[in-house]
Amino acid sequence: MSEAQEAPRMPDECGVPDPMPLMHPTMRDNYGKWDWHDRPRPGVLHHVAKGGDEIWTVKAGTARQMDLHTIRELCDIADEMADGHVRFTTRSNIEYMVTDAARVDPLIEKLEGAGYPVGGTGNSISMISHTQGWLHCDIPGTDASGVVKSLMDELYDDFKAEEMPNRVKITTSCCQINCGGQGDIAINIQHTKPPVIDHDLVSNVCERPSVVARCPVAAIRPALVDGKPSLEVDEKKCICCGACYPPCPPMQINDPEYSVLAIWVGGKHSSTRTKPTFHKLVVSGLPNNAPRWPEVAETVNKILAAYKEDGRPWERMSEWIDRIGWPRFFEMTNLPFTKHHIEDWRGGRNALNQSSHVHF
Amino acid sequence: MAKQMPKTPLLDQLEDGPWPSFVTGLKHLAGDDKPYAPIMKSLLGQLEHSYDTRKGYWKGGTVGVRGYGGGIIPRFSEVASEFPESSEFHTMRVMPPAGMHYDTKTLRMLCDIWEKYGSGLIAFHGQSGDIMFQGISTDNIQPCFDEMNEQGFDLGGAGAAIRTSMSCVGAARCEQSNYDEARAMREVINNLLDDMHRPSLPYKMKFKFSGCANDCVNASHRSDFAVLGTWRDDIKVDQEEIKKKVAELGRKGFNDQVVNMCPTRALSLNDDDTLDIDNKSCVRCMHCINVCTKALSPGDDKGITILLGGKRTLKIGDLMGSCIVPFMKLESDEDFEALVELSENCVEFFAENALEHERTGEMVERIGLVNYLEGVGLEVDPNMVAHPRTSSYFRSDDWDEEAEKWNQRKGNSQAAE
Repeated sequence: MSEAQEAPRMPDECGVPDPMPLMHPTMRDNYGKWDWHDRPRPGVLHHVAKGGDEIWTVKAGTARQMDLHTIRELCDIADEMADGHVRFTTRSNIEYMVTDAARVDPLIEKLEGAGYPVGGTGNSISMISHTQGWLHCDIPGTDASGVVKSLMDELYDDFKAEEMPNRVKITTSCCQINCGGQGDIAINIQHTKPPVIDHDLVSNVCERPSVVARCPVAAIRPALVDGKPSLEVDEKKCICCGACYPPCPPMQINDPEYSVLAIWVGGKHSSTRTKPTFHKLVVSGLPNNAPRWPEVAETVNKILAAYKEDGRPWERMSEWIDRIGWPRFFEMTNLPFTKHHIEDWRGGRNALNQSSHVHF
Repeated sequence: MAKQMPKTPLLDQLEDGPWPSFVTGLKHLAGDDKPYAPIMKSLLGQLEHSYDTRKGYWKGGTVGVRGYGGGIIPRFSEVASEFPESSEFHTMRVMPPAGMHYDTKTLRMLCDIWEKYGSGLIAFHGQSGDIMFQGISTDNIQPCFDEMNEQGFDLGGAGAAIRTSMSCVGAARCEQSNYDEARAMREVINNLLDDMHRPSLPYKMKFKFSGCANDCVNASHRSDFAVLGTWRDDIKVDQEEIKKKVAELGRKGFNDQVVNMCPTRALSLNDDDTLDIDNKSCVRCMHCINVCTKALSPGDDKGITILLGGKRTLKIGDLMGSCIVPFMKLESDEDFEALVELSENCVEFFAENALEHERTGEMVERIGLVNYLEGVGLEVDPNMVAHPRTSSYFRSDDWDEEAEKWNQRKGNSQAAE
């Protein structure tokens, strides 16, 4: 063998693939030349190009974590009914494109017959963006995929309809880092007890100075435990955030009982109307009740029912609450307001009502 | 004897209900007559164990492909003695085409490679925007990557690196697009691949690209460097279509749903049911255009706004991106080169000035926006602030020089017009 043949293959650093060869040809032909759109029915978008070309998009929900059979089935549907092209949205919905209105209904029938709900457009509740959980994460407090599947079963009809005041984006995260992101409603793990430290492992596994540096409230300090270098936590200072756990797994923060679920509302990424907003705490202490998390669905349903009933057209969750005020929000949802709702983090005073504006 | 299907009474309950079930998919793979089936049986056993004990059982490690330092998320089971076949269950982060467009030939090709080397489980897509090929042994990673790489797919980012990016559907199908999102994304990211594949930054750095203020890829909060489309000239109005919309919604409906929801009170309905727009007050928020998709559209003098420093909680708390470039054109090759150069400057400044495990937004909070702007070569602009400072404690003995800079710039831009 020559030396050239023996040299190991090095990566072709090709980067982000060009979407043009993969895109539906009508989208490629009209790239940057679209004129207007409407939504003939929930789950369907209709775009018209300046030159007159039209395209109908049918959007369907998926499980996001998909097996090969599912993906191949989705491909079969695309080959049979939608010119062999698809795209995915940021919320793991799949989109099929057709260039003839008459092909829309059969496509919907095919998708729904195969178990993929058509919806997620306009003022619907779209698929919940979520994190990896017990299936794959190294620091998960729960299994977001399971929480999401349970909740989407509940919200199925609202995925398929466009009957909310505005779109509702829900997110779920398996720890307080919140990889699921901001949401109109966010369902996130909240730890309630300090980490349980396995002192036998700390000195072998953890780089102690960087763990000390990771703590946002300086509650961790180096210590000698049974003659071995380890770490200790000032439990009065500890806010149970879990930031020490990723760099130091022997500081176990997850607990079957004390890691609970919290619900937050009013997050918004867009600059549409109001500036983007962070979600705010509504309730904590919901049990991490696998496999169906019924207490989560009950609370989410309360919030959604109040918003659906009282929100005005185009008000996102945060804008609705801005109008009605927090006192009425807690009244309408019948949820308790506690001292834990009052911000004590940096800049916390900005979250206080610095005015005489009071809701009655 | 073939390994038995594990009993999964808890997971089985996630097969009920109308929404597609990931558990059904996992079980389908576990029941196949394929090399991945024993792995998936074992994986199902471990996942059921997690549902039972309410704890996760994966730990990280070091796994990679030749030539790269990142892109693989290593996962080793902590309960491998009970579930040996899935003891190594790493994820490969693979960058999708910009805008997440696929033809079925490509999807089937990826499925075939994954069937050969992996678990059969794929997420479209992870929160960073990667195709997540979940579940592969250490030994299979190199040949699997080589085959995907031969087909034009590359690993994404992980760790203290440039991360995989996302762009919205944009110009491919949306009339609200204000620039070529896919081109911007590919030119910026494909220029930073060294910092993606060989993690050596202080911490992660993310770029995201949305075509307008609706921000469909959540760039404003979920990226350190958010590119949002906008325009400088007037909103385009088709007054006949406005009249139709007024007829459809009624005058009260139109005022409630369009005029009164304008954040800067820039709209007014005329007595003849045409729309009066104060374009100087408009902030390009997209609301009226979203409601009146046929009557209103972005202007012709399009470009981008750039927000910097968005991130999630760890560790000082959430930060929203803030404006560092109110407007720049993004049409000519030179415009794209200028964006690429700015992105390079921002990465370089981050690499040199951020503390370990500090994100761009946190660094800017620590050093102040003015130092950052000077570092990357941008001029101050009133569009960068919600309001000027309220604290009187600052040193201003160079006030006249700074005022002169502003007057100079203003003079130059007026001369250019």
